[in-house]
Amino acid sequence: MIHRECGVLKTTYEADMALYPLPIARWAVGGFAVLFFLVLPFSVHEYYLSIVNLVSISIVGALGLNILVGYTGQISIGHGAFMSVGAYTAANFAVRLGLPWPVNLLLGGLMAALVGAVVGVPSLRIKGLYLAIATLAGQLIIEWTINHVTFISGGVQASIQVPRPELFGVPIASQRQMYFLLLAFVVVALVGTMNLVRSRIGRAFIAIRDHDIAAEIIGINIFRYKLLAFAISSFYAGVTGVLYTYYLGIANYEQFQIVTSIDYLAMIIIGGLGSVLGSIFGAIFVTLLPILIRYAMEGFGGLVFSQGAVLNIIPNLRLILFGGLIIFFLVVEPEGLNRLWRNIRNYFRLWPFAY
Amino acid sequence: MGDWQFFALLLSNGILIGLMYSLIALGFVLVYKATDAINFAQGEFVMIAGFVVVGFLISYGAPLWLSLVAALLAMIAFGFGLERAMLRKLIGRPIIAVVMATIGLAAVLRGLGPLLWGADTKPLVLPIGDEPILLEPLFIPPIQLVGATVSLLFLGLFGWFFLKSRKGIAMRAVADSQQVAMAMGINVERYFALAWAMTGVVSALGGVIWGNMLGVDVHLSLVGLKVFPVVILGGLDSIPGAIVGGLIVGVVENVAAGYIDPFVGGGTKDFAPYVVMIIALMVRPYGIFGKQIIERV
Repeated sequence: MIHRECGVLKTTYEADMALYPLPIARWAVGGFAVLFFLVLPFSVHEYYLSIVNLVSISIVGALGLNILVGYTGQISIGHGAFMSVGAYTAANFAVRLGLPWPVNLLLGGLMAALVGAVVGVPSLRIKGLYLAIATLAGQLIIEWTINHVTFISGGVQASIQVPRPELFGVPIASQRQMYFLLLAFVVVALVGTMNLVRSRIGRAFIAIRDHDIAAEIIGINIFRYKLLAFAISSFYAGVTGVLYTYYLGIANYEQFQIVTSIDYLAMIIIGGLGSVLGSIFGAIFVTLLPILIRYAMEGFGGLVFSQGAVLNIIPNLRLILFGGLIIFFLVVEPEGLNRLWRNIRNYFRLWPFAY
Repeated sequence: MGDWQFFALLLSNGILIGLMYSLIALGFVLVYKATDAINFAQGEFVMIAGFVVVGFLISYGAPLWLSLVAALLAMIAFGFGLERAMLRKLIGRPIIAVVMATIGLAAVLRGLGPLLWGADTKPLVLPIGDEPILLEPLFIPPIQLVGATVSLLFLGLFGWFFLKSRKGIAMRAVADSQQVAMAMGINVERYFALAWAMTGVVSALGGVIWGNMLGVDVHLSLVGLKVFPVVILGGLDSIPGAIVGGLIVGVVENVAAGYIDPFVGGGTKDFAPYVVMIIALMVRPYGIFGKQIIERV
């Protein structure tokens, strides 16, 4: 029974409540831990680690958005703006007061949670399309505010440089050091989300998603839980923004425009709505897509187009593939990459004895 | 220039621009009315239509009337094809799915437009001149006058279509209840396709007018961002709502830009309509003329 169950053969409560009911799950988690903590950071080039870091940041954001969209069923096209709120809050505290980065991170997250909850207030009265447009309005208004209020944006081109983060007196400068910092956040975000969605709060979220009026009738305070979903999700977004700011060394609103909001929505749709694993798949996929397209075009684009044209084609091609994939997944596989993965896994569950 | 003259200028400009917004919003309303689908790619439709027109004008050297006809036909075909390939498969799915699918479509079109027709801004010249018409204290660019007239014409035309014509009444029946419409012998899918084709027509007109105002490039699709305040203010399924919403948005953004921009350094145009929209959402979530939906478990 190393690989899959063939019946419930548990004899103690401890076994029943075990975090990993099967040995293979324990081994897999152990294997991934070794891979991500020991093998990966010391075996690949700094450039590839910088890509992994981008993926890590996206995972945190995608998990947060999935709590809101996938689990609570409230759409938000304003997540890019919530990230910018976190980023500018942290940058301002770092530069004006010289606070250490963990404090900035927390403050950035909390500020984003507050703003997110305010943007989420209309969700009590409106839903679906109207909510989508209300959050879109939130995105545009926040973007405009940050861009035009020099107290927030620091004036010159609305960007603020932040000092390098330090951990126990060691400045985090290289991509490898950054990698470990971000990995810790990914683990915390993952465990946090998984525990959240199976708790009382998470179940309330899912009830609201499945039918909000019915949820209200069985005694869930929808207003509180909808706002809570917006706040938690925006907290994740704020943290993502702060992490991205420290990753780049600069807070800039251009990184958090409406395109970013749509990128994150695409992540959770391609990955799978309402699934933690799906958020990871989606974040990896959407972050790597433009990089892979660039490599492919630099490698083979010259065969079809002239060299100068290739550079112009790359961003357009990215948009086309990106939008095409969103449509493809929505039409063909609404449950996303997570569903594909489950199909593969279920197939191998009984393999090679299919009957 | 006196205070009231400045205000009158902003107001007249806002009204004309607002009517031009109404034209684009009409495309959104038509689809929503008939098929309950939400089109986040309305601005991109307009952009593609603009690209088709300048493509014919500049690349093939075709005369203007031919380019316009080509754009109309292309957009109708595009509407038909889109309904068949994408939206028909999403019928009955949650609203988020349709919203996201059209957002994906918007991304595809934004990538495809510059890829096929080039990324530089192309002028779309109409034979109406660009010398503003002076009516002390107002001055009105001719394109705005033409745009507003075309908008009013088509808003009236579609209003008549829905109220009086046989096809329009059938379309309203489809919008009201697809099942009952089917039972009455209405071919629901054909009317869905018709609605998308009508959106194509409106987008083609919008593409010509807005393309002339702004020049044709990828940024033309940003006009689509103005559609949302217009339809939310007016009500998603109402043609008079599109006019009123357009007027409100046009006037609000022009007046706000005229009085606030000097203090904050620009950009008020893009966000003032949304502030008004948020307030409207709080007070009347279904818009001024929209149909109130009562939900039951």
